Amino acid sequence: MNDFVEAFAWLADPAHWSGTDGIANRVLEHLWYSGSSLAVAAAIAVPMGIAVGHARSRRAEIVAVQTANAGRAVPTFAVLVLVFVLVLQYAPELAFGYVPTVVALVLLGLPSILLNTTIGVRSVDDDVRESARGMGMRGRQALRWVEVPLAAPLVVTGLRIAALQIVATATLAAFVAGGGLGRFIRDGYTQQDLPQMIAGAYLVAALALLTDGAFALVARATAPGRRRRGRRP
Amino acid sequence: MTPALAQSSELINWDLVANLADEIRTLTLQHIVLTVLAVAFGVVIAFPLSVVCIRRPRLYPLVTTVTGLLYTVPALALMVVLLPVLGLNIWPVVVALTIYTLLILIRNMVAGVRGVPADVRESAVGMGLTRRQVLWRVEIPLALPVILGGVRIATVSTIGLVTIGGLFGRGGLGQLIFDGLNRFSSTRIILGAGLSVLLALVADGLLLLLQRGLSPWARKAGIRTVAT
Repeated sequence: MNDFVEAFAWLADPAHWSGTDGIANRVLEHLWYSGSSLAVAAAIAVPMGIAVGHARSRRAEIVAVQTANAGRAVPTFAVLVLVFVLVLQYAPELAFGYVPTVVALVLLGLPSILLNTTIGVRSVDDDVRESARGMGMRGRQALRWVEVPLAAPLVVTGLRIAALQIVATATLAAFVAGGGLGRFIRDGYTQQDLPQMIAGAYLVAALALLTDGAFALVARATAPGRRRRGRRP
Repeated sequence: MTPALAQSSELINWDLVANLADEIRTLTLQHIVLTVLAVAFGVVIAFPLSVVCIRRPRLYPLVTTVTGLLYTVPALALMVVLLPVLGLNIWPVVVALTIYTLLILIRNMVAGVRGVPADVRESAVGMGLTRRQVLWRVEIPLALPVILGGVRIATVSTIGLVTIGGLFGRGGLGQLIFDGLNRFSSTRIILGAGLSVLLALVADGLLLLLQRGLSPWARKAGIRTVAT
């Protein structure tokens, strides 16, 4: 039990917060890795998901779902290590730092965003699509004003799952190429410094829970029914 | 790729694969043992919790919130926190992964039982079955495909997560990946990752067969499971 208390003391020590190895910098590193990876993954997978869902092609949908499911079976740690070794071999000057970590995290973020966006757009009711057409909307307009807003909650779910996956895996990056909060766990382990290691785990857990909480707020804001109810006086 | 590079370091060195055969066998076995332990403990804990949630629906949001929060905590952080309590052995890995299966298993068990059509339940009550009999003889058998769907998802994700234990030398094929990282041996990394994916696919296939065998009526209808 003592180690858990000492871990809090370790966190409270101002000396551990400053400098390149400090907590503040590691948190920023972790957020930078995770945020930019999520943004890139979303920029790729959301438009793809919308296209696949809108086209209503059974085959494209099956491919999207199967890819996403297969993605679940691949160990995140393996993706991180594999990308690192490949970068090390073919572009060694980029290997230690930002690039391999972010490439791996983008790859890991893609499946759940793609899957949820596809299902979200796909499951918009045919009657709703027809009503939009009946109102004079063209394909693009219906997509922009009807299908995408209705799919938004599922898209957010996909982003949420991807974000949690990315934040968790960014921790492992410290063991491979980069920094981030996993460094405290790694250094604590190699230095047999249990409080530092546990403090790292606290920080990682806190960041993951905050990420989840932030997405819960976004999810609430994008749920179509709720928004209207909230506006009423 | 330039010929020089290809010569100096091929992605897979097959001689090394042959030399590693014994190690691969041991680590694959460890991977399977860790997965089976975690999923088995997960089922043993999730089952009674689900029955309680079915009986007292008010408790369900509480149970999913707690298991959901635990699920949100990254696996590595869970293992680290369990390390001083359980020691440097397989248990921090097993317990962390067990905790991870709970949300998926409970959601599918509850959703499965709730998905049993109301008229089926009513006919069972009409036949004079008690609440307990309805649960054990009607609802759970009918929910079996969804419940096993949960076990499938939990097993596949556990097989992937086991590799993280490799950082503490207790991660089955994850150790091969970690060794590969330390020695810059892409052969080890690709082997570890590939075999882990293969294991996941085999487990998924076997559980799918079990799922179909135990629920012949659902073979055509398709089975809805609740993913993460």
